[in-house]
Amino acid sequence: MNRPLQTRKLLTIVCEAALEKRLEKELPQFGAHGYTISDARGSGAHGRRDAAWPASANIRVEVLCDEAVAEAVIRHLEAQYFTSYQLVVFLSDVQVLRAEKF
Amino acid sequence: MPFEPVILFFLLGALAGLIRSDLRIPAVLYESLSIFLLLAIGLKGGVELARYPLGDLVFAAACVVLAGALIPLIAFPVLLRAGKMARADAASIAAHYGSVSVVTFAVGSTFLAGQGVEAEGYLTVFLVLLEFPALMIGIWLARRGEGGGDWGKVLHEVFAGKSIVLLLGGLVIGWVAGSEGLKPLDKLFFELFKGMLAIFLLEMGLVAASRIGDLRRAGWFLAGFAIVMPLVSAGIGIATGLLLGLSVGGTTLLATLYASASYIAAPAAMRIAVPEANPGLSIGAALGITFPFNLLVGIPAYHWLATTLHGVFA
Repeated sequence: MNRPLQTRKLLTIVCEAALEKRLEKELPQFGAHGYTISDARGSGAHGRRDAAWPASANIRVEVLCDEAVAEAVIRHLEAQYFTSYQLVVFLSDVQVLRAEKF
Repeated sequence: MPFEPVILFFLLGALAGLIRSDLRIPAVLYESLSIFLLLAIGLKGGVELARYPLGDLVFAAACVVLAGALIPLIAFPVLLRAGKMARADAASIAAHYGSVSVVTFAVGSTFLAGQGVEAEGYLTVFLVLLEFPALMIGIWLARRGEGGGDWGKVLHEVFAGKSIVLLLGGLVIGWVAGSEGLKPLDKLFFELFKGMLAIFLLEMGLVAASRIGDLRRAGWFLAGFAIVMPLVSAGIGIATGLLLGLSVGGTTLLATLYASASYIAAPAAMRIAVPEANPGLSIGAALGITFPFNLLVGIPAYHWLATTLHGVFA
């Protein structure tokens, strides 16, 4: 039996690795049921982030959630981290199976 | 001037960085090497520590920590007033210079061993003790008058951080196991130490070269500070060492500790506790200038000064 795909939000946060522990603690508090964190490298407004050592390491955090949770997390990130930390946040629609998980 | 060959690896790394070589030390190797170095330094200190009655150390340790606290308290007003820096930046840089660099300490020990100079083994205890007070002072300087501050998070970041856990853990293991007990591990932790340090310094050279851009933006004042401050701190270290009656080797290592600036523990703690401070400034100065300065010029100079003054006063 093929179950239908349903639409959910994919929230992606690319930020400095220093924020990892905090985000792991805060995301569930805003209602996220789970998240995936991976090491990331790249370049942007703050120059090259090459992950050669901890101070230049980035992470990419991905959260599948509904719109309300995504909105709450984004508002929190904006208020808490945008001024002092290196952070890119974007939101997209994705199709998922088992939408109740997210 | 006597020269320590491991420093050549640092220069090679820096050169590779400057000519934009594709040489990269994988992040996992960096992590692994730093775990190895921290453990090895802790173990070595622990073995040595077993030779001294602990009670005698308490007074010396208290003096070393108190004298060390002068460093961020001197650095902060200089950066704030003379350097016209923002309060957060001045406090963060002061914390970096008050805290210590494990690798600079390791190079200092290696340098002394190469010269056949003995140093008191308990200097490693001072290394552990000097890592965090300056970070607390830095946060206090940044947050003074604002109230609040995230002390819980910072204390956890520092004390549960790998450098304290491994240094302190190594110290205790070395102390409990003693020289005989650690014999089977000697080959790994003591005989390979210098080679591992060499590879780590290669990586530090690469990273230091990549901070040059930060420094260009920071300007001449900070560059000057990054050379004058370690000299002042080393002076405090030599005075403290002489007053405590340390050997020439011990005095040199204490001066090296005071002169060194943290670029592992301090950046991590400051990023969490004083996020508005620009990490490019503090890391650029500590790693781009002070670390190479101490390696190339500082350590031999502190040794020379400690030897000379020791002849006069002791």
